[in-house]
Amino acid sequence: MIRARGVEKRYGDKRVLRGIAFDVPRDGFLVVTGPNGSGKTTLLRLCVGLAVPTAGALEVTVPRGRIGFLGHEPLVYRELTAVENLDLYGRLYRVAERRERLGMLLERFGLWDARHERAGSYSRGMLQRLALCRVLLHSPELLILDEPYSGLDDEGTELLDRELEERREAAAFVVATHEPARIERLASARLALA
Amino acid sequence: MTYLADVGALARKDLLLELRARDTLPAMLLFVLSTLVVFHFVLPGDSSELAATGLLWVAILFTALLGLTRAFAAEREQGVIDGLVLAPSDRSAIWLGKALSILVFLGLAELVALPAFALFYGAVDAWLIAGVALANLGIAAVGTLLAAMATASRARELLLPLLFLPLAIPIVVGGVGASVTADPGRYIGFLGLYDALFAIICWASFEYVVTE
Repeated sequence: MIRARGVEKRYGDKRVLRGIAFDVPRDGFLVVTGPNGSGKTTLLRLCVGLAVPTAGALEVTVPRGRIGFLGHEPLVYRELTAVENLDLYGRLYRVAERRERLGMLLERFGLWDARHERAGSYSRGMLQRLALCRVLLHSPELLILDEPYSGLDDEGTELLDRELEERREAAAFVVATHEPARIERLASARLALA
Repeated sequence: MTYLADVGALARKDLLLELRARDTLPAMLLFVLSTLVVFHFVLPGDSSELAATGLLWVAILFTALLGLTRAFAAEREQGVIDGLVLAPSDRSAIWLGKALSILVFLGLAELVALPAFALFYGAVDAWLIAGVALANLGIAAVGTLLAAMATASRARELLLPLLFLPLAIPIVVGGVGASVTADPGRYIGFLGLYDALFAIICWASFEYVVTE
């Protein structure tokens, strides 16, 4: 699904990534680790198509509509409710029976009771849960997750653990994290950025 | 049909956001009204209708600029533009949806501005209304693209007028011409041509503005 060879990314004079090579097969689970500023987020943005490499080859065979991307921001409108946000994404991603699907996700992630509240009133953890609902809404084949546990409480962490385990066989993953031990059991490959 | 459904969903979202946040339209209304009031006191009592019409176009242009500065504010502040760009829909639908919402805001601002203009300065004729309507299309088309370009920059408030005002000169030429000359049809045609040409250019180039 992803094939990277000699990938390099520069912003002006600053080189963020150099000589990155990895493969993510259909059932792959790549864990990306590294200190702050090592280029984890940049690498994920390259994989999802939000940035292009300065040099090297990065081939992603999954169409963008089949990719689920969780970034640092939840990518939801704060003035819209959870239902309105997910409904908008459901329309854009052409999710069949989106009302049922988004209801099921909101319930699973414990946001059902707050579904008609504006996202701007959500706590950091609730926003992360909503972002996860957005990412999973269209049942992506490739999940690219940047610090997915960020902001989650114990219950949210367990929910995400369960979700990742359930989807482990059905999708490929690229996950950047500071807590690799938490997903070690799922990993098929590791990439440590310096 | 799917494309139009995407455009509709995106435009509806923008209108809903404005209905909730109310941070663009009230500012536009207040600005255009206060500009016309200020001009009313600035212009000498015996000033010509030509001068007043010129000032109307200045007010419309800067009101539009005010709205355009806020056009991508929600997407910028909350990073949502990434989410929209990653969706499988055609990226030009983002431009068209946003342009439609800007068109609505402009139309509403002018629903207030034109009667106020008629009250302070004199009659508003059909050619002026036609000129304003066509100018709105051009402003929305070009302004949305430039607002998306400027939003990626830290100096966006400075950059947008620098980019937009030179490209808006033909709109002003066409609009003023349609409002004050003896042959307004020629200028209406010019505005229509400008709108069609720039709408196609902006529609086709939006994808390259929102992706690296």
